[in-house]
Amino acid sequence: MTKLSMTVNGKAVSGEIEGRTLLVDFLRQNLGLTGTHVGCDTSQCGCCVVHVDGRSVKSCTMLAAQAEGAEVTTVEGLAQADGTLHPIQAAFREHHGLQCGFCTPGMLMSAADLLQQNPSPTEHEVRDWLEGNMCRCTGYHNIVKAILAAAETMKGGMPQAAE
Amino acid sequence: MKPAPFAYAAPRSLDEALALLAEHGDEAQIIAGGQSLVPMLALRMATPGILVDINRIAGLPGLLEDDAALTVGPCVRHAELLRHAGRHRHWSLIAAAVREVAHPGIRNRGTLCGSIALADPAAEAPAYALALDAEIVLSSLSGERRVPARKFFRGVYETARAPDEMITAVTFPRPAPGWRFGFQEIARRHGDYAIAGLCAGLRLEAGRITEVELVYFGIADRPMRAPQAERSLLGEPNADAVKEAAAAAGAELEVEGTGESSAALKRQLMRVLTERVLTKLIVGAPGQ
Repeated sequence: MTKLSMTVNGKAVSGEIEGRTLLVDFLRQNLGLTGTHVGCDTSQCGCCVVHVDGRSVKSCTMLAAQAEGAEVTTVEGLAQADGTLHPIQAAFREHHGLQCGFCTPGMLMSAADLLQQNPSPTEHEVRDWLEGNMCRCTGYHNIVKAILAAAETMKGGMPQAAE
Repeated sequence: MKPAPFAYAAPRSLDEALALLAEHGDEAQIIAGGQSLVPMLALRMATPGILVDINRIAGLPGLLEDDAALTVGPCVRHAELLRHAGRHRHWSLIAAAVREVAHPGIRNRGTLCGSIALADPAAEAPAYALALDAEIVLSSLSGERRVPARKFFRGVYETARAPDEMITAVTFPRPAPGWRFGFQEIARRHGDYAIAGLCAGLRLEAGRITEVELVYFGIADRPMRAPQAERSLLGEPNADAVKEAAAAAGAELEVEGTGESSAALKRQLMRVLTERVLTKLIVGAPGQ
């Protein structure tokens, strides 16, 4: 067991882990942050996407030990402390961007990374970016609509994800 | 806990990392991005005794370009390489190929050097390294050696790297003036490993094709050049030569089927890729 420290959603956290602990297991089991989902465990489905030092990664395909000292943001860190939804979350609600909700945390985190890098994506760019996020309800149409709507809202200077 | 237990080391210096490789040999596995390795650990297809995490080593090369070459260090992510290549016309092949590597979240972690070390025959990196005449820099406690890509890839997941060696850089010589490149792969879904793919380059001087590189991947145990097809394209760019090259490529190479894709299907895809990529490359070429 080794000791591990990192910042998750702005808070310093630490824990004792085995070398083989995946980042997603550390987040879910050690920290109780179960918003990040595990779908395929082999980096195909994108349900486990979080941000590590500002970039989207699949947390099932990264060892927790590799995030030592990193700044991690999970879906729990998207909304503001008072519960005000992030514009991407608000747009998913408004445009019915989720059905069963299983893929939603990963969709939100991937979308947040996209809009940080490209604040005005085309529909094609959104679809291209989401190639690593699967929705088993096949609700892509409204997910894409929601992300494009969020991009419009955020042009007005709405807050970005807390990194 | 999906992976089998292993020891984990995060050395701070290259010498420390190389000493671990020398000590543990085959039992040691280097991890940088881990985008192929971690799923293999989770599926227990890989059960190393010790993982040597190279991300915390100080002083490794990053991404560096001068007039002669582009150097890509061992922790440079596909995403960073794509951002760089996308800004430079002479690296259009790298940019086109890296766009097809998995998905954004994976490109943010996975590294070029890791893909080269793994040597998956259907992956893009070994193919474009071969097409661009890259050199692989290998370091061990006994020193450094450089292996050209054409001698590096030996088979499925097999390379010239010894267990005590680490890839500390891959260098790409800047293509001479007149080279133009094309890339395409065919996969069931975007981001999947290719059923077949092609990295093509040709050099145009005074309206004639003077050099050609055709590297096919996903079709054998490693990326392969097709010398006969290459030769058939030399001279004046024209559509008949493209057809001839397309027919030659599938015939001259030993093509192996994989999974649901038979050798016959792959040969057909090689023909299709050759026609598509080369037709696009010679359109607008002088003399056309």
